[in-house]
Amino acid sequence: MNNTISRRNRVRTRAVAGLSPAPDGRNSGGRSSWTNVWQSRWLAYVSTPIIVVLALLAWQLYINVSGISKFVLPSPWEVFGAFFHMIQQPYIWQLHVWTTLVETILGFIIGFLLGVTGGYLMGKFRPVEAIANPFVVASQVVPKVALVPLFILWFGFDISSKIAIASLLAFFPILVNTSFGIRSVSPAMGEMMTSLRATMWQRFRKLEIPHMTPYVLTGAEMGMILSLIGAIVGEYLAGDRGLGRLAVQLQNDLQVPELYGSILLMTLLGFALYSIFAVLRRVLIPWHESVLIRQRDS
Amino acid sequence: MMSLAKRGNARLGAAKDSGDIHAAGIRVSQVSKRFGAQSGPTILDSIDLEISSGEFVVFLGPSGCGKTTLLRIIGGLIQPTAGQVRLVDAQSGEVTDDSGLDQLGFVFQEPNLMQWRNIARNIELPLEMRKVRKAARKTRSAELLKLVGLEGVGSSFPRQLSGGMRQRVAIARALSFDPSVLLMDEPFGALDAQTRDNMGIELQRLWIERPTTVVFVTHSIPEAVFLADRVVLLASHPGRIASITKIGFERPRTLDLFDNPEFTTIVQQLRKELESEHE
Repeated sequence: MNNTISRRNRVRTRAVAGLSPAPDGRNSGGRSSWTNVWQSRWLAYVSTPIIVVLALLAWQLYINVSGISKFVLPSPWEVFGAFFHMIQQPYIWQLHVWTTLVETILGFIIGFLLGVTGGYLMGKFRPVEAIANPFVVASQVVPKVALVPLFILWFGFDISSKIAIASLLAFFPILVNTSFGIRSVSPAMGEMMTSLRATMWQRFRKLEIPHMTPYVLTGAEMGMILSLIGAIVGEYLAGDRGLGRLAVQLQNDLQVPELYGSILLMTLLGFALYSIFAVLRRVLIPWHESVLIRQRDS
Repeated sequence: MMSLAKRGNARLGAAKDSGDIHAAGIRVSQVSKRFGAQSGPTILDSIDLEISSGEFVVFLGPSGCGKTTLLRIIGGLIQPTAGQVRLVDAQSGEVTDDSGLDQLGFVFQEPNLMQWRNIARNIELPLEMRKVRKAARKTRSAELLKLVGLEGVGSSFPRQLSGGMRQRVAIARALSFDPSVLLMDEPFGALDAQTRDNMGIELQRLWIERPTTVVFVTHSIPEAVFLADRVVLLASHPGRIASITKIGFERPRTLDLFDNPEFTTIVQQLRKELESEHE
């Protein structure tokens, strides 16, 4: 899916290249292959592994030279060993990863629905914005993580308190971006729709939804990661399952390589959730700058 | 909505079979526009104007004279404070009711294309809203792309096209539902001089191939004289019609017209009038 879209887009660009004065500067004919590597997005596929390997070597070297206690900083090999051991344990997946995933996704969905609805109403109707804005700003400047103990008090120790925290954290970036997206529909486009006698529904379906999709995706991308953070912070403080709880447990038991391993697991989970949006961008908004620029460079 | 859909299809069919004129006249009677309260500034003061079916009329005037406001009132985008605008059916000579407003095609200064739709689907937008079937929409957009000289770019996206091409797409979109009146609000104002001249020629060709009533707003005197059957000169404070000049040059007009002494005389005369209005 992903591939067909990008390929189709490239063909389109080529089809009109002769008609318009190369709007995107694609005339890369004369460049040497090294310059091309340096300027393409493939660079990251080369540079990232190199930097990671160098960092691991530096890590190992530091341990050898400084003689630091392995309860503070175990070697990379111990960490990877613990990590691979952990991910072979079914209870890690069934109890911890699954719990954190459910909290994150449910929290995200609630935050998304509320954020998109609220953001749309605020962006579309001036009075709603005027009334809601002071509270939005106020609740945005509150360090929301500080509210976690309250949420646990209100919702209890099970997953519902973590879902509430996760949805609260996911809510704001989605609200703000959606509201901004709907406000950035140009008045001229609105007038064009009026001149075509568009109904409210047609305006919503054919102009507003496509226009705000990139903005909503940007908010959702942030919201998903914040949702994960909310779930993990909630687990740090209460409950008996989830990756956050696992990390606290491992810390108490001084299973330091496993602790590092659990952090790696959370990172990978965050990465997986984040990459959903890279795919969604290409599927939902292949026309948008954020997608086109990446394709142009490849 | 259903009746609209049927009408849309029927008119598309008619357009293909016969080559007859799809045009309506416009009758502007005693139109005034004030912004704000009764005491607000008078933008337009008792405008009377009869535009006949198939005519190319240009509103010319300095900025602030209300030419765009008048166009928008004709297009039903804003309501006049007083007076009314009626479409007059070309065949029967009857005045149509307000539902005739969906026979108007609008072209703005900006092309206002949807970036997420390819060119063909941008052109098809008005047809989609009129519930025209997909196959009919495809045929129509291909026809229109050919008409505006953009064959083969249907699957491109707006950002891949130059400013002049985008404006042609906007014109094709406005023509998609075969409107009987085309309203153009400084459509070439954002283009460079050369593209602008070419677009003028293109527009004239379109109008000859597919006759319709055109109301065109500009502040460029040569553009007005080049395109118009009649130039309506508007004066400001309050907005009113200062003069109407009939332009009788034969069509199709070419760019050589710009060197024609008669053309130059008309342009100079209109310029003088404009300047005297300013004093």
